[in-house]
Amino acid sequence: MKILIVDDFSTMRRIIKNLLRDLGFTNTSEADDGQTALPMLQNGNFDFLVTDWNMPGMSGIELLKAVRADGKLKNLPILMVTAEAKRDQIIEAAQAGVNGYVVKPFTAAVLKEKIEKIFERVDASK
Amino acid sequence: MLGADNFEGRTELLDELKQRAQTLVQKLEEGDFPAAAEMIRYINEARDHSIYREVGKLTRGLHDAIVNFEIDASKAGLESDNFSKIANAQERLDYVINLTQKSADKTMDMVEQGIPVAEQLGAEASLLQADWQRLSRRDMKPDEFRELYRRIDQFLGQTVVHSGVLSEKFNSILLAQDFQDLSGQVIKKVITLVQDVEYRLVDLMRVAGQVEQLTGIFRGAIDVDVAKVADVVAEGPQIKADQRADVVSGQDDVDDLLSSLGF
Repeated sequence: MKILIVDDFSTMRRIIKNLLRDLGFTNTSEADDGQTALPMLQNGNFDFLVTDWNMPGMSGIELLKAVRADGKLKNLPILMVTAEAKRDQIIEAAQAGVNGYVVKPFTAAVLKEKIEKIFERVDASK
Repeated sequence: MLGADNFEGRTELLDELKQRAQTLVQKLEEGDFPAAAEMIRYINEARDHSIYREVGKLTRGLHDAIVNFEIDASKAGLESDNFSKIANAQERLDYVINLTQKSADKTMDMVEQGIPVAEQLGAEASLLQADWQRLSRRDMKPDEFRELYRRIDQFLGQTVVHSGVLSEKFNSILLAQDFQDLSGQVIKKVITLVQDVEYRLVDLMRVAGQVEQLTGIFRGAIDVDVAKVADVVAEGPQIKADQRADVVSGQDDVDDLLSSLGF
């Protein structure tokens, strides 16, 4: 499975990459902003997107909406991993079609659980 | 209205205006229209002079504030002593970002190097343990035993080396935590800078308020509609989540919120 990790802080990308590797997901790519991520998704055959919210160019919520509006990408499973914790934001992300929402700081167990849950639902809907 | 009720010279201005007004009424009662017109002119002048004086003060205040902000554009870009306070604050916060990034990377490097060492120790010990159990069940041939003996000897030597490697990594991780002290000091300095800027802005507002009062500019209460939130505004990590009703306090809250909405 090919995963794209999007966050403007390289330390967080590294942490998530390592956690994913521990869970057995070794095929990962990185982007530092929604703006660079979107073309990668459009051209790249990714199976899963993990993204932050706050990014200077295109934010995670904007990336989420752009992906859901794209004919080719609209069913891509998306997990948000972010420090944003306002109820309104969580609701906005859910209504925009995010598959999972993890707040920072998070544990490896939480990340694993959310990813597994997302793929359970993806498999169940096939 | 902003500003103090007692700008300098307020009492004198009021007295002078009162005096002139009384003379004006008197002249009007006498039917002396030219003299009355003259009084009206005096009254306007008295007000105007006060305005000019206060505007002069405001200009001086603004000039002083700008000098104190140290945003002299012509000097910007030379030595760091001449940077504005705001540029200074930005520089310091950039430093904190770089410092914490370096520490995080260093720590993760040490962890990534240490994990395989620990795993190898555990793996080899597991294998040896299995054979050791065979030995204690007397389920081992002599040449197998000799091989086990050699492997244990080798393992003990390796463990000494590996333990040393792990200790060294742990020490490096400990030292890499020095960022907290350094960034803490820098952040304290930025807090001071920001408070200073705020203080000067408040001072400026006070001077502006005095002029408003003088000229009778009355805008009603100054309603500062901070951030008309049409869209949801991202706030970054929550510092006081437990004190706010519109914020979740952890992953469990997030999960509860989402399932309560059917997601």
